[in-house]
Amino acid sequence: MTLFSAEHLAMIFGGLTAVDDFSLEIKGGDLIGLIGPNGAGKTTVFNMITGNLKPTQGKIFFQGEEITGLKPNAITRRGIARTFQNIRLFQDLPVIENVMISYHGRLHSSFIGAVLQTPLYNREEKEMRDGAMALLQRVRLTDFANERAGVLSYGQQRRLEIARALATNPKLLLLDEPAAGMNPQETQELMDFILKIKEGFKLTVLLIEHDMRVVMGICQWIKVLDYGAAIAEGTPKEIQNNPQVIAAYLGEAGGKGTA
Amino acid sequence: MGVDFLMNKPRDRILTGLSIIGLFTFLYWAKGNASEYQIRLLNNCAIFITLAVSYNLINGICGQFSLEPNAFVAIGAYTSSLLTISPAEKQVSFIIEPLIWPLSVISLPFWLSLLAAGVVTAFLAFLMGFPVFRVRGDYLAIVTLGFGEVVRVVANNLQNITNGPLGLKGLVPHTNLWWSFGFMIFTLFFIWRLTKSSFGRAMKAIREDEVAAEAMGIRSFRYKMMAFTVSGFFEGIAGGLLAHLITTISPALFTFFLTFNLLIIIVVGGLGSITGSVISSVLFVFGSEALRAVEEPFSIGSLQIPGIPGMRMVIFAIILIIVMIFARQGIMGRGEFSWQRLMDGLRRAEGRLRNSR
Repeated sequence: MTLFSAEHLAMIFGGLTAVDDFSLEIKGGDLIGLIGPNGAGKTTVFNMITGNLKPTQGKIFFQGEEITGLKPNAITRRGIARTFQNIRLFQDLPVIENVMISYHGRLHSSFIGAVLQTPLYNREEKEMRDGAMALLQRVRLTDFANERAGVLSYGQQRRLEIARALATNPKLLLLDEPAAGMNPQETQELMDFILKIKEGFKLTVLLIEHDMRVVMGICQWIKVLDYGAAIAEGTPKEIQNNPQVIAAYLGEAGGKGTA
Repeated sequence: MGVDFLMNKPRDRILTGLSIIGLFTFLYWAKGNASEYQIRLLNNCAIFITLAVSYNLINGICGQFSLEPNAFVAIGAYTSSLLTISPAEKQVSFIIEPLIWPLSVISLPFWLSLLAAGVVTAFLAFLMGFPVFRVRGDYLAIVTLGFGEVVRVVANNLQNITNGPLGLKGLVPHTNLWWSFGFMIFTLFFIWRLTKSSFGRAMKAIREDEVAAEAMGIRSFRYKMMAFTVSGFFEGIAGGLLAHLITTISPALFTFFLTFNLLIIIVVGGLGSITGSVISSVLFVFGSEALRAVEEPFSIGSLQIPGIPGMRMVIFAIILIIVMIFARQGIMGRGEFSWQRLMDGLRRAEGRLRNSR
């Protein structure tokens, strides 16, 4: 069943066409990779899906509803969560509160109820805290629950970002270069982790990644962007052998390398 | 820090209750023994704490750098004054143009006028929020600053409501220590609880990173509006209290300097810290009294130097600059008072004393 589809998306900044005629269909349970050289327009696609950018042209559908041009918070509350390429945590807040914030969109209490600390609010606060704690356990950050998010190591911050995205209770998770800056061992752990949460939370995942081991290792289907246009799509094997992709993505010299 | 605060709740509640009783016992004592001047200072303290803590909600907690409290205080002060002054007194003071009809005959009890001041100010803050929160950062500061000026100009020219530059006179001095401190405690309670709640977390998330907050499902516009409106409500009532403390108000009272003073208070206290705003307000009120000397004429040897009015502002501005350059965290940073912290501090101090013996 189609969970998500983007139809003929285009994003034009002044005279620059960042993305041109991009279409994508995702079925529930898929793990799809979006790859392409730097500046190919991958993050722009993410920003259009999550509402940070309004597409110049095209439509986006999620669970049968059009979501084009909705505000980011509305899109998140419908079930699309994301992480950021350059980590964007709430640096000065405790780790646990970073995760608790993602529950706020589903709170039933009013702010007066929160100030009066009504039984309903106290129960919801406890549920948020317990839920956040359980998620921190999944990403092995319970020991840091009360530390400021800013003091975590790079890898921990990446994991916290994923935990925070999971706390919004998404159906579709967008990961923007989750393995950036990780060493091979961390990358391997991350791959296992992504597969584990995908099963555990019944997620559908769309992934931007530069690290070919990640993309080829876990994605079922890959879409390749270059200069804002999709140049190929297929299974990892097909992509690896596609001459156009090799030329665009790996350049002249890169034919053998990591791909 | 939030966790410590929750874990020792019964003890903390008792301690908080005891300190409030202590405060009111002191006020009771002060009422009988302190001079009128000292009581005035205490009232000022309470009102400035109320103002600073409310202003800190939008600037420090929600991170929206705005410059409008003088407008909110003015709206609150005028609203409550127009509702309490007796019809006879109104007829006497409005000499250029008479006060428009419903206001000219109304005379409400003080508490009701304060409530009205809060509601009217909050409502205007809410309306103002729609255009204001279309912009961010420096632009937000400029727009809100403009709003403050608009309110002052309106107050100067809307003769048949505000009595123009003549202002409103003959207010009954309703504001006493019970009113000002009672409302201060209420404001502290409300904003403290709000800040510690999920709603406060949402506001802090917007301060830390608005894009990320939106991506986590936080409706950033709604929570900016909430912080702004709540801050308007409390500042409006504080304006009403201020008006009934000084008994005469005019547009000249609500210039940008009021906002500037509050800005210094919350920056020096530590943007985002309620405790910091409280400490800093007290320092400000007593500090500006102590600095009165610098505005008086003095002589060096045979050289006579006349008093320079406004000298205190220069000193405060310098303090602000120094804080911004060398101690941006202010007194408290973003930390808050908690009984646990106090106990730990005392225990450490005790240990140090013992060791040094």
